[in-house]
Amino acid sequence: MSAPVLEITNLHKRFGDLEVLKGIDLTMHKGDVVSLIGSSGSGKTTLLRCVNLLEQYEDGVVSISGEQIGYTIKNGKRILLPEKQIARQRAMTGMAFQHFNLFPHMTAIRNVMLGLVKTRGMDKDQAHSTAEQWLQRVGMHERRNHFPGQLSGGQQQRVAIARAIAMNPQLMLFDEVTSALDPELVNEVLSVVRDLANDGMTMLLVTHEMQFAHDVSSKIIFMQDGTIGEEGPPEQLFRHPKSERLAEFLKSSKF
Amino acid sequence: MEYNFNFAAVWRDFDLLMAGLGLGLILAVVSIAIGCLIGLLAAFGMLSRNRILRFASTAYVSAIRNTPILVLILFTFFALPQLGIRFGKIESFIITLSVYSGAYLTEVFRAGLIALPSGIREAGLSIGLTEFRTKLYLIVPVMFRNVLPSLSNNFISLFKDTSLAAAIAVPELTFYARKINVETFRVIETWLVASLLYVVACYIIAAILRRVETRLANPG
Repeated sequence: MSAPVLEITNLHKRFGDLEVLKGIDLTMHKGDVVSLIGSSGSGKTTLLRCVNLLEQYEDGVVSISGEQIGYTIKNGKRILLPEKQIARQRAMTGMAFQHFNLFPHMTAIRNVMLGLVKTRGMDKDQAHSTAEQWLQRVGMHERRNHFPGQLSGGQQQRVAIARAIAMNPQLMLFDEVTSALDPELVNEVLSVVRDLANDGMTMLLVTHEMQFAHDVSSKIIFMQDGTIGEEGPPEQLFRHPKSERLAEFLKSSKF
Repeated sequence: MEYNFNFAAVWRDFDLLMAGLGLGLILAVVSIAIGCLIGLLAAFGMLSRNRILRFASTAYVSAIRNTPILVLILFTFFALPQLGIRFGKIESFIITLSVYSGAYLTEVFRAGLIALPSGIREAGLSIGLTEFRTKLYLIVPVMFRNVLPSLSNNFISLFKDTSLAAAIAVPELTFYARKINVETFRVIETWLVASLLYVVACYIIAAILRRVETRLANPG
């Protein structure tokens, strides 16, 4: 069997004196959809950001398809890789952010093309047609020449997802992609994510949309104070929570 | 008091004044271009984690901003040659004005960089760009568009500062006005025309820059 798409072992991360991740283990295989749930401050987003090294961490190993991300061991010491290598490794994953983070000075299609040209080394024509395909997929083809400021939140997020996924990443990271949206715009984004899941994309999500997490995930992880409080298939976790904390959390999330 | 205006002497040398105005514009454009480069580097220096870079940038900005520009002009042109660093008067003035505007633009750019949401950088990194390329393709272009109004202000003020080049005999507008003044003694007429030329030029520059701002502004 080939190496897991994502393998995290004993991940520790601190912000100053505060330890926000206290030894996380997680393995994902191709096509897995894992949702991280839990109250704010439990470490979900930090965990996600450690995977593509937007956060550096103190201990533990993150590997994507068998390649250790960000660090290497030299003479028994753990050292950060050179920036160019980290940049290459980051492009193995794609990330969609809570606040979309589109490049405001570029049209939708140029947002999608930038990484294709600069990171993937495609020529402009090839990048253009790839970008068009993905914008079509997320229903944004008609507005491909609009600037982010001219699009609604939901439309911006769909472009942002296209930008990430067009890079053909091995793993997609979704960081609360609907949290900044007006309620009526949430569904258009969730349906895009659902489509990707159905297509077999390997995805790690942080979400507060419990019904959505329940529907698309192959596995749910309940984060609690920087540890994995409980994990398992959605049906089991949502219907039969073992711990008081999870039951409490689900109740307050109105699931 | 009665005064008979006589502009004939000024009109006779009007082409000189216009040539001077043209040179002033060139001096300002070249200086702000170089100043932008210096300002950008110093702004990144100020925000750098490296203490030496931070110190050097801060020292540069404080030293230049706290020295009157006329003193800087005279220093570069008269004092530096004593140390063996010699420039022609136009080069000397461009260097001074670039270094001077660079100090002010450092603050403009620094403010612009601080105001940018961190998400743009993270999104750039997440598609596999290096820090440098993120700055090159994303941070600087977005910041630049945001600070265009301050940049326009700086440019107009810089253009007016080119009048100080007369102090080292750079043949720009003020230099020629002074020349006409001394040769003709039409004091009021000469300086009136010179002033009006500055006003009209600045007004036109401001109008053009406003259009550029609107065209380049981050849309939406």
